[in-house]
Amino acid sequence: MSKGTVVLRGRKVVGGCAEGEALVTHQTISGWGGVNPMTGTVVETRHELRGVSFKDKVLVFPGAKGSSGWSAVFHFARLAGTAPKAMVFNEMTTKIALGAVVMRVPSVTELDRDPLEVIETGDWVKVDADKGVVEVRKAAQRKAS
Amino acid sequence: MKLTDAEQAMLDGREGKARQKAMELLVRYGEALGAERFVDTNNVAGVPGSSTPFLENYYQEPGNRYDVIFSRFDLDSDEVVEVPRAVVHTCHLQGGVDPDNWQVLGATPEVARISRESEVAASGRDVRILKTCTPYLAGNVPVMGEHCAWMESSAVVYINSVLGARTNTEGRESTSAAMLTGKIPDFGLHRDENRYGTHRIEVETDVESIMDWGMLGYFVGDVVGERIPVLTGRFSSPETIRYKHFGAAAASSGGVEMYHLVGATPEAATLEQAFGPKRPVETIRYGKAERRRTYETLNANAHDPNVDYVMLGCPHAALEQIQEICALLAGKRISSKCNLWIFTSRAVRAVADRDGLTKVIRDAGGVLLTDTCSAIGQALPPGTRVAALDSAKQVHYLPAIMGIEAWFGTTRDCINAALTGRWQGEAP
Repeated sequence: MSKGTVVLRGRKVVGGCAEGEALVTHQTISGWGGVNPMTGTVVETRHELRGVSFKDKVLVFPGAKGSSGWSAVFHFARLAGTAPKAMVFNEMTTKIALGAVVMRVPSVTELDRDPLEVIETGDWVKVDADKGVVEVRKAAQRKAS
Repeated sequence: MKLTDAEQAMLDGREGKARQKAMELLVRYGEALGAERFVDTNNVAGVPGSSTPFLENYYQEPGNRYDVIFSRFDLDSDEVVEVPRAVVHTCHLQGGVDPDNWQVLGATPEVARISRESEVAASGRDVRILKTCTPYLAGNVPVMGEHCAWMESSAVVYINSVLGARTNTEGRESTSAAMLTGKIPDFGLHRDENRYGTHRIEVETDVESIMDWGMLGYFVGDVVGERIPVLTGRFSSPETIRYKHFGAAAASSGGVEMYHLVGATPEAATLEQAFGPKRPVETIRYGKAERRRTYETLNANAHDPNVDYVMLGCPHAALEQIQEICALLAGKRISSKCNLWIFTSRAVRAVADRDGLTKVIRDAGGVLLTDTCSAIGQALPPGTRVAALDSAKQVHYLPAIMGIEAWFGTTRDCINAALTGRWQGEAP
């Protein structure tokens, strides 16, 4: 394994494997009223990802907040083809668990290191949710190689 | 997950296809949560099978429309099953359109028809059509310790904190599955150990009006996130409406599903009871400076004092609030440049109609609407640019969803804006 690769271990939320570019936020995400599922874009006023799309990204975030429409909105995102490829998060709640289930994307939580400290936007992240393994190739390393 | 024999029977399909699909979803959900078992529930509040033009268009396949949407979307099932009657008490929360005033809301006949048809189908399956975000003001008042499966963050925080009932913030899919099984994962707030406080909030400034309570809630949600705040200090013992606005705000800026007001809410007779075996991880002060900052945050997106829309009733207005609005409006006319929409439940509206309150609003140029709100229904009067709101929750959502400016103030500030077309609210 190359020097620029970091491996985190955690618990499967929803199984499966996926990889993609990381989109990292240190702020929790609101589903209903916080994202537009038709475009996969965060719309919440004052959110650091406002206007940014999570479509096809590996979404790395603290967890869900806000309305009980969280699962339905991310469910709509799956139907509209704008869902993230995988999710890595810290805070387990009913909103995010149900959202991950109906989005049907590989999801992992309870990692042995804080993913928000390790992963930065632009890193390449491979999620093997069945094994609970998250492999991170740092963007800086990717550019250098 | 450990299943009882009855739960296993449902999962094996011995209780029919629909309940099997519902159980499959609940097991996937329970495992995602890391839950070990289910609790029984006989009180479900959701939006079962509620349809929209997007869903109608997405699921273009033969068969009963309600069964198709309920199977594919609500149960996340890969096959369409026949949806039976609810097996436990189930009510329908708010919807997208007022069935009597859909034209006022600018809805198309198609939207009104889809809403009406899915409502009839749900009703035929024994779902009580309350169509409100405040079922506790419209006939569904859970009791202390009752295990529920409710959606609607403002209602969830209300029944946990104020009534001592037990629910997590469920979603559309989990509530629809619970309606057919009477089961929900034993996780989070269903369990004693997760209901104790985590953060102490010392309130050092007076909190009285619903605007005050909304600001306090917005502040608290922002600082505690999904944790459980315990409030002590200078607040008058609140009643239903203040609890409603406090909880709705705390569940919008953060994800508060439970709080304790020491000496007021049922699981917090004392500070010791509120924290149980836990010690507060942090003590946070809410004084004049914090209140001022919260007010400024809530008004940060408003610049133009020319208000063309006033929306009240988030969460849905209680009868007392409609009375207060009527007292402020009586004998006056709102500005020709402004629209006034007030949202409530069908149940409250029925009383308001007979009491003459609806007529007072109408005579003043406003409209009393039911079932939905501007955020849920994504409906504004044509040309709206600047709104005035008395709900911190609505201020949080409406500008983000609809791309407008919004002022936040007292109910009186909002009615004044409706009468004059200008925002004159001031920081407290």
